[in-house]
Amino acid sequence: MKLEIGEVQIEDIKLGEQTKIEDGLLHVSRAELRKLLLEDKRLAAVEMTVARPGDKTRIIPVKDVIEPRVRLDNEITGYPGVTDKMGRVGAGRTLALKGAAVVTTGDIVAIQEGLIDMWGEGAKYTPFSQTCNLVLTFTPRRNLEAHQHEEAVREAGLKAAEYLGKAAENMEPDNINTYDLPAMNKRGEEVEGLPRVAYLKMLIAQGLLHDSYIYGIDAKETLPTWIHPNEILDGALVSGNCVAACDKITTYQHQNNSIILDLYDRHGKDLNFLGVVLTPELTTFTGKVRACEHATGLIKTMGADGVIISEEGYGNPDSDLLQNCKLLEEDGIKTVLITDECAGNDGFSQSLADTSSVAKAVISTGNVSHMVKLDPAERVIGNIGSLANLAGGSGDSFCDDGSIVCELNAIIGSTSEIGYHNLTARQY
Amino acid sequence: MSEKKPRVVCYLNQFFGQIGGEDKADTPPHIEMKAVGPAGALDTELGDVANVVATVICGDNYINEKDKAYSQVADLINSAEPDLVVAGPAFNAGRYGMACAKACEVAGEELNIPAVSGMYEENPGLDPAKRYAYIVPTPDSAAGMRKALPQMAGLITKILKNEELGPPEEEGYFPRGQRKTLFADKRGSLRAVEMLLKRLAGEDIETELPMPVFDEVEPAPAVREINKSTVALVSSGGIVPAKNPDSIESASATKYGRYSLKGHNDMRQLDYRSIHGGYDSVYANEDGNRVVPLDVMRELEERGEVGKLHDYYYVTTGTGTSVANAKKMGEDIAQELKDSGVQAVILTST
Repeated sequence: MKLEIGEVQIEDIKLGEQTKIEDGLLHVSRAELRKLLLEDKRLAAVEMTVARPGDKTRIIPVKDVIEPRVRLDNEITGYPGVTDKMGRVGAGRTLALKGAAVVTTGDIVAIQEGLIDMWGEGAKYTPFSQTCNLVLTFTPRRNLEAHQHEEAVREAGLKAAEYLGKAAENMEPDNINTYDLPAMNKRGEEVEGLPRVAYLKMLIAQGLLHDSYIYGIDAKETLPTWIHPNEILDGALVSGNCVAACDKITTYQHQNNSIILDLYDRHGKDLNFLGVVLTPELTTFTGKVRACEHATGLIKTMGADGVIISEEGYGNPDSDLLQNCKLLEEDGIKTVLITDECAGNDGFSQSLADTSSVAKAVISTGNVSHMVKLDPAERVIGNIGSLANLAGGSGDSFCDDGSIVCELNAIIGSTSEIGYHNLTARQY
Repeated sequence: MSEKKPRVVCYLNQFFGQIGGEDKADTPPHIEMKAVGPAGALDTELGDVANVVATVICGDNYINEKDKAYSQVADLINSAEPDLVVAGPAFNAGRYGMACAKACEVAGEELNIPAVSGMYEENPGLDPAKRYAYIVPTPDSAAGMRKALPQMAGLITKILKNEELGPPEEEGYFPRGQRKTLFADKRGSLRAVEMLLKRLAGEDIETELPMPVFDEVEPAPAVREINKSTVALVSSGGIVPAKNPDSIESASATKYGRYSLKGHNDMRQLDYRSIHGGYDSVYANEDGNRVVPLDVMRELEERGEVGKLHDYYYVTTGTGTSVANAKKMGEDIAQELKDSGVQAVILTST
């Protein structure tokens, strides 16, 4: 399967009359986009704001981030099974508006989103301080039920990203990245003798508002599944999560999964990249046993020598992470785990909710309770008051001078467990 | 005007404090407003950086056996207005090490100032002390004094000059068990790929997160007569009065609340909601009994199947809450329940 992702660099976004890209400037027709998004009668209004890197702007509470893209060689231009009809993605050419992102905001259940700072200290911790963001703040129809609200905002963000992506349809990309991973029996000499490596990607699947969608299927209703990495890069995976912001995988991060990209980089040189297994993080014991046994079973069947396992979330899924590790290591398959830590504000607490002596190779992406102080913003998009209630903030978060104090918990993507970011923690 | 030199107070035992040997181990603490014994040598090492302004001396048995010793030592250290506390070095002397740990705890817990000590790696005082102090590894006997003092002085200098201390192996102190968040050169995914390739090549790797070792808790014996017992509800499900009066955090909780159930038979009669950041709270907000089962408890109470429901329930949020905070909250809640005559607890999680 061969996927080409052409990159169209976007330097800035401007709201105006017509949607088009000119010299790196993405013009967005406010009226047209509004009309499209409000076709969903569950949404009463949408406000559009542009946030640029360096702006003293704080966006809160953020639900999802999506990279605007268009698929050229596939009749499915949107998200299969979610905003478009069903079909396979991951082959052909897709254009990505690099440097641009759609950010969806608006209180849903008030406590389960995070923030993006476009400047200063906070900007260091989130990758979305580096993108030019079209922020969509949605007001739902009155008395809209929370789960319907979540679904409406989730789909609206994806539709907006697809709409913006189409502006690049006839453009020549600035550069093209090729992701070519043939079927196992079509791989040649280049992989001979190289260690066989798989990627086990765990997805939060704990119930409404804590869900991930694979081709539109709620992951908690699936058995773990083998999937070609190109499908993930090309929009088969969508975030439906309202959980702690620091380590939820936004749709943008699924589209640009750094583990897949880094494994591709070494494929045919240092390793033979077998593919990806997606596995749900369930809340019941039976569910955990089923998912862990089946996910690791697939990997054993694939004949992997080594596996990278990434977690999503913390606490409860720590047990799935370690169970996956145990089942693989027992079979002589070497693992590296990626997780963040809950070590308390002072960093002195033990970090995980479960433990296993076989987990000897672990990448830490930082302590979610590490405290940061963020300067007052000149402009807040959304509602700063929501910090009092969201994970990582509290009623004590607001300082007299307008600055805020919160845990990394509250910052989108700060302790990404797909290792999207540079953050780590070490023993002092 | 020249800046005031930082003030260091040293803690020593009876032997290094020049009172005497084992026969003086029961001596209560006292303070001398000068640098005694090794504290003098340390003062010389510190030169212009700081002054050792006082030495607190206490017998090893006294501090380890008398309940009031801790507050006595705390008052004495505090009276000299230190910027930093030095304890020992204690080498491999066990009781002295434990005494030094108490002096370090005074610095960290009571005065909120840094502490420095020196110990041999097997000293039992190392574990309780490292939480509060930077502890230099020393040989197992006092013959190592000459080596230990300059190392301790080096650390003290950096701390008092507000220089950021590097990791333990670079700076020469025992790891304190603190997880520090910082930026690595490479992103996490790349570090993972490189670590895996090393493992596959049979090379040594260094994990970024050594696995924790958990405490084992022995379950309490079964309740014999539940129909005569007072039962309390305790939950990590985050159900609190709507205004969240105690500002309990929606994740990484540091606090718990205690709220009255007196005169109520159903959570739906109360204006309560879930502030928990780790689960879908829609259904808990619809009916709080789903997390704090007050309705069912009242039924059981009425039928005489439980003796009495305790008048208060306790609650916090159990998502991202550090084990250390959870442990502390659990101990406090358990003590309050015991003091209130509660015999059994139903814990509800989410």
